[in-house]
Amino acid sequence: MKNPKLPREFLDGLKAIAPLFLGVASFAIAYGLLARRAGLSLLSLTLMSVLVFAGAAQFVALSLLISGSSFLLILLITFVINSRYFLMGASLGPYTRRWNVKWQSILSFLLSDESYAMTISYFTKNAPSKYYQLGVSLGLYVEWAGFSIVGGLLGSFLGDPQTWGLDFALPATFIVILMPMIKTWQNAIVCIITGVFSIVGFTFLPTKWYIPFAAVSGTIVGGVLEIWKRK
Amino acid sequence: MEAEIIGLIIGIAALTFFTRFAFTMLFRRFKISERWNMFMVYVPIAVFTTIIVPALLLPSGELDISFQNEYLIAGIIALLVAYKTKNVVGTVIIGISSILFLRLVLGL
Repeated sequence: MKNPKLPREFLDGLKAIAPLFLGVASFAIAYGLLARRAGLSLLSLTLMSVLVFAGAAQFVALSLLISGSSFLLILLITFVINSRYFLMGASLGPYTRRWNVKWQSILSFLLSDESYAMTISYFTKNAPSKYYQLGVSLGLYVEWAGFSIVGGLLGSFLGDPQTWGLDFALPATFIVILMPMIKTWQNAIVCIITGVFSIVGFTFLPTKWYIPFAAVSGTIVGGVLEIWKRK
Repeated sequence: MEAEIIGLIIGIAALTFFTRFAFTMLFRRFKISERWNMFMVYVPIAVFTTIIVPALLLPSGELDISFQNEYLIAGIIALLVAYKTKNVVGTVIIGISSILFLRLVLGL
């Protein structure tokens, strides 16, 4: 018979994400509301949270749907946004040798910005534990999915979101996500240059191509600045 | 339409899983180059800026830097609140209240 007790590391992981609860819940509710604005059914918006589980990419996918972008462009842009997971995967990779590919595929499916931050900090201080990462990731996953549905239900109840100023939920949320990322003068310069790129791209490129254009250009400017600084 | 959206969601999900899984498996044996890292740390800033700036400065498709642009004014207010508090809920609530105030009271 299997031991019915959960591993201690799993519970530690759940405890570690408790302070994030309110932030994640409100972000998920905002997603649900925006999803209704984008015309998604409750089924679709829930499926997106359950299958994709990537807040930023989901928000952008919705705003692209609202603006009538092609599906191919939405796939490309969500891919570009999620390309940061390549880096996170690369930094987590060396710690994952203790468990098999099946376990890793579950942990990778559940990877998010928040779970990455908690997990990498834990792995560098303690013995890498798949149960810890599972606790962190699964807790965030269940919360994200659950409050997406809550937002979706509220969204159909509230009707036209513009009446309530809810069309501003996305820019406001993104602003508060971006703000703490600006820590150095290089960060600020990259932010300003990327902003100029996005305006120029928006004005001169077709549909939403300014997004990959400005995002990639901004990333290159940042990397070059970083290399130049360290010389 | 519903079937098409679900198809899109499955597509996004598959690509997202690939981004999360591929390099973890690859870097089980490699160490990440520091130079590569210097570029990748800028992806979040570049991406979020790319989404925010046109939403505030070109809400109707054309550059609008004026006091008639309620998105820009509410955006600046949200920026200040985010900078001071780093509070997600507070910033969203104040941002939405600001744009409502600008529309209903000032008629922008």
